[in-house]
Amino acid sequence: MNIVVCVKQVPDTWSERTLRESDSTLDRDAADAVINELDEYAIEEGLRLAEAHGGEVTILSMGPDRATEAIRKALSMGADKAVHLVDDALAGSDLLGTSAALAAVLGQIGFDLVILGSESTDARTGALPAMLAERLGVPQLSYASKVEVDGSAISIHRLADYGYDTVEATLPAVVSVVEKINEPRYPTFKGIMAAKKKPVQTMSLADAGIDPATVGLANAASEVTGWAKRPPRQAGTIVTDEGDGGAKAAGFLAERKFI
Amino acid sequence: MIGFSLDDEHEALRRTVRDFARQAVTPVIGEFYQRGEFPYELVTEMGKLGLFGLPFPEEHGGMGGDFFAFCLALHELARVDSSVAITLEAGVALGAMPIYLFGTAEQRERWLPPLCRGERLAAFGLTEPGGGSDIPGGMRTTASLDDGSWVINGSKSFITNSGTAITSLVTALAITGRSDDRPEISAIIVPSGTPGLTVGPEYSKVGWCASDTRELSFSDCRVPAANLLGERGRGYAQFLRILDEGRVAIAALAAGLAQGCVDECVRYAGERSAFGHAIGHYQAIQFKIADMEARAATARLAWYDAAARLVAGEPVKKQAAIAKLTAGEAAMANARDATQVFGGYGYMNEFPVARFYRDAKVLEIGEGTSEVQRMLIARELGLGRPAR
Repeated sequence: MNIVVCVKQVPDTWSERTLRESDSTLDRDAADAVINELDEYAIEEGLRLAEAHGGEVTILSMGPDRATEAIRKALSMGADKAVHLVDDALAGSDLLGTSAALAAVLGQIGFDLVILGSESTDARTGALPAMLAERLGVPQLSYASKVEVDGSAISIHRLADYGYDTVEATLPAVVSVVEKINEPRYPTFKGIMAAKKKPVQTMSLADAGIDPATVGLANAASEVTGWAKRPPRQAGTIVTDEGDGGAKAAGFLAERKFI
Repeated sequence: MIGFSLDDEHEALRRTVRDFARQAVTPVIGEFYQRGEFPYELVTEMGKLGLFGLPFPEEHGGMGGDFFAFCLALHELARVDSSVAITLEAGVALGAMPIYLFGTAEQRERWLPPLCRGERLAAFGLTEPGGGSDIPGGMRTTASLDDGSWVINGSKSFITNSGTAITSLVTALAITGRSDDRPEISAIIVPSGTPGLTVGPEYSKVGWCASDTRELSFSDCRVPAANLLGERGRGYAQFLRILDEGRVAIAALAAGLAQGCVDECVRYAGERSAFGHAIGHYQAIQFKIADMEARAATARLAWYDAAARLVAGEPVKKQAAIAKLTAGEAAMANARDATQVFGGYGYMNEFPVARFYRDAKVLEIGEGTSEVQRMLIARELGLGRPAR
């Protein structure tokens, strides 16, 4: 089975994240960069499927030069090879541009199964897996908490508020995973050393046959027109218990639709 | 001039162990520590991560890394907790390393793979009730050959990893004879469960409370003659090397604890306020934390230097002693200052800095006291030799 896992490098959620004043895009230099957390689950699931059914795991990442760090980590976890789509013209791409670019590369390298994390911790749209499946013309199985492959049949548990739905499709397909699906492995030192020797193919827009007019900040369909820092946290509301503390606390939660 | 920036692979390892320590160790270790319980699940995870096999070749089930990589892992673990770090330190540097360095092909094949995977732990029995660094003066344990077996009698103190449910062996140093009226010391592998080997109860320790430390006694304990590790009569010489390596490893662990104190204090100084400002606003706190950072950085450079020399095969005795002395004292000083920065909370066991405080003291004692390190450094400088 030819499995491709899409990996995005994002700023560490533990560090201070900011947008750039000049163009309202993410200031990637201001924060530590890590693999998007849900993508680690996607990598783990790809590795487990390959271990169980045979096949290769290819990491696909679109991002600046620095994304090689994320690619190396994915390879050190055990993936076989990687494709890095890197081109200055891609900077600032929105979902339409990103999905078009990734679909173009996937069309070239081929796949039986594409696995992604269900959303990224920076943009948090959660829409890329669906857009990618649409562009590739294959089924999408989203929010998977379990994946099973049998020949060319694939079925997942799609996580829902009420439990899960079982969703079935035929390969090739696109799957997005949630964190309930597995426990990602840590790379071993042996894996880290082995990752040095694994092939990483670098592709530009031209290599992937992507029209520059479909990607990048200038061609994005959406635009960040303004932004503000999150206001400092306000002091909490103190409820004095005069025999009705429980009701007041419940009212407070109900007002905010928590209960 | 050579700089001490890590290459990509060592940096990737450092980050991996840091992530593991934060994600897997931090949330649970306080409970184990309070209960004085050995964290088997964490040791299993550390084994899967390959930490116990770091400095050993792949043919023995190791990771094909080096001693520097192993020390980096200790440093990053000890930033969060010393109990798991000492379990790893002793398991590798004292447990598996003697088998790897001095074992026959058969001994390596039998014992090393499960040790490298962290499924089993090995212990090293050197210290006795009557003496530690004073070998052979304080050694009383004897082993004599009888009908194809070593018969061991004596006792060993403060032996890390010797009584866990996954301990597979202890390498015991024993007097096996006398030549030129000097005791002849040899190393003998004693598998766990051998009749005549009694494992004492877990000590009640000031710190390192989630690690396993016990007293062992040998009473007509018989093992096959083939369990001799290395050459007969070379036990002392062999283990000087083990002790030098162990000092570098403990220095890395101590530097990690010193850095962990800084990590905790920098965070806390920004969160805690007093008299209208975060306490980090006040120079009294800033200077204290600056001193701590300086000690941690110095300790790290000291073990980097010693470990780099060790990996390069250069003489390391003096640098190992300097690293152990510097890092051990940095750990103790930083733990003292960190609890001060935390005020009353620093005295509460549930706060990591309180754990660090309890764990730091032994770093001026174990693997040779600070006084022994000074003695070694002085000796390397040629001091104290008899006048001619």
